Amino acid sequence: MGKQIFAIFNDEDVLMKSIKPLRGTGVNIKNVFSPFPIHGLDTELGLARTRISICAFLYGLTGLSLAVLMTWYMMISDWPMDIGGKPNFSYYKNIPAFVPVLFESTVLCAAHGMVITFYLRSKLLPGVTAFVPDVRMTDDRFVMQVELEDAATEEQITAVLIQHGAEEVKEYGK
Amino acid sequence: MYEASIREPLILGDKTVHDITEDICRPIEGKANKYWWWCFSVSVAALIWWVLCVSITVGQGIGVWGLNNVVDWGWDITNFVWWVGIGHAGTLISAVLLLFRQKWRLSINRAAEAMTIFAVICAASFLLTHTGRPWLDYTLFPLPNQFGSLWVNFNSPLIWDTFAVSTYFSVSLVFWYTGLIPDFAVVRDRAKTKGMKFWYGLLSFGWVGSAKNWQRFEEVSLVLAGMSTPLVLSVHTIVSMDFATSIVPGWHTTIFPPYFVAGAIFSGFAMVQTLLIITRKVLSLENYITTYHIDMMNRIIMITGSIVGIAYITEFFMSWYSGVEYESYCFVNRATGYYWWAYWSMMTCNVISPQLFWFKKLRTNFTFTFILSIVVNIGMWFERFVIIVTSLHRAYLPSEWSTYHPTWVEVGIFIGSIGLFFTCFLLFARFFPVIAMSELKTIVKSSSSQAKREFKEEAHH
Repeated sequence: MGKQIFAIFNDEDVLMKSIKPLRGTGVNIKNVFSPFPIHGLDTELGLARTRISICAFLYGLTGLSLAVLMTWYMMISDWPMDIGGKPNFSYYKNIPAFVPVLFESTVLCAAHGMVITFYLRSKLLPGVTAFVPDVRMTDDRFVMQVELEDAATEEQITAVLIQHGAEEVKEYGK
Repeated sequence: MYEASIREPLILGDKTVHDITEDICRPIEGKANKYWWWCFSVSVAALIWWVLCVSITVGQGIGVWGLNNVVDWGWDITNFVWWVGIGHAGTLISAVLLLFRQKWRLSINRAAEAMTIFAVICAASFLLTHTGRPWLDYTLFPLPNQFGSLWVNFNSPLIWDTFAVSTYFSVSLVFWYTGLIPDFAVVRDRAKTKGMKFWYGLLSFGWVGSAKNWQRFEEVSLVLAGMSTPLVLSVHTIVSMDFATSIVPGWHTTIFPPYFVAGAIFSGFAMVQTLLIITRKVLSLENYITTYHIDMMNRIIMITGSIVGIAYITEFFMSWYSGVEYESYCFVNRATGYYWWAYWSMMTCNVISPQLFWFKKLRTNFTFTFILSIVVNIGMWFERFVIIVTSLHRAYLPSEWSTYHPTWVEVGIFIGSIGLFFTCFLLFARFFPVIAMSELKTIVKSSSSQAKREFKEEAHH
């Protein structure tokens, strides 16, 4: 891995506009850190679309299936009862009464599964040390991480970054 | 990011992105003022009272309450439904208004969702204590009975309620916490002391705000909002089915689910108003929670209040039109019987008072809104009391007609639960960012007062 430098921008629009021309001049943009979500930044950087909602769908299906299995086993198979003259002897006749539980279990599994996936995939866990090139990046500055293939090009790339609107260019934590 | 200048600005006082960070972090970083300590002391006193009354209930059994064989649900379930209804507004603001892309949600969603969580905690406390033997509450969940292999009854709305409330609480909690993570990172990166660095570092889960993080964050927020919307509607629907699936006169109505959901939104928004009107003053957030926000919420209160009013009238009409004499008697008895005063308090507070919000002068007046928000919640408490107690005390058999009065223990638990709620909310306001900074910052370029001025100037050229 080459040397990492960080260009600080004070306006998200300037940063967005600079990405294409910077890449055109051969600057290797590794990442962008921002205090708030910038719409269109992911496509501008060429990030793949997140598949987390597909995960949520699958977790939801899992939750639904488990709930079907649970209600079927407990109410129909293991101990069928005749409550108020409405016997629990077949699943399809009893399913209307189970809909609330099926729905809640679907949401429960989909929501928690998705959030847990999000935390693990993004390495968000209590005790993780944050990668903070500049403390203002959660306040009002936008940080572009650039990798240098050759440390000798640092001065030249710094100049290009400044020319495209970066306020300053610095190394990690300095 | 052009936005029509006739739309009112959502952030006043020409705030920059950095100003937002400063203003929202100030209450966390500084010392609490005397108002906070004053409110906190009163709340904790009420909370101690709650602990005492709950201990008496658990220690001696629910015989210390005023319930009897006929009226076997009283203040306990009234309070449960009241609290869980209040909780609904937070989810409405953070989920439904997100799906509708309503930008005015941004400065109120965090506090409203905190309210949801604390309200559901209060509601759950009534669910857990009204069983009388809370150490056996695990039997609410589908576990095999230790005396055999008897399972819970999935035909029962009480079990649906267990699933609904626990799903609602836990999903609201992760939705709220996920939104908090980027804001905890803001506090972490500004922290001066070692303790703050450690605690907010821990709470922020190592958040850095990289492009990929934000992409996933937005997707997660959107999908959670999409799931929370039917979830929140299902919760009060199921709460209403606790009543509607029975054959008790006054409960056995199909109008209950939509009517309960509208009532929940109505009371929840009123509670948001009560809390935010105080919070904006105590934490000096007048530039973020503006007259416009109060106006918008008052409109929702007015609409849902009207839906509730129509539901009351429909119920009354149907009790006569159905020709069922038990139903007719039940409703006439509500209005003219032993508990007539509860019924008319409900009608005045819920049907008449929100109609005053048709006047823009009143809708944009903070003092009036504050008073009315409390009136609405009194009315909504009476609604649940009327539904539960008046239906039970005159059921089918005249020989078992009875009356019900709460004991000081029940009153104590209710007042104490308000203490529990406010203690949690005040701690939240002290240690957590009360406004979702990271989300609010996205509208500085489109909806702040300075942006609006620039758009206007551009239009002139």
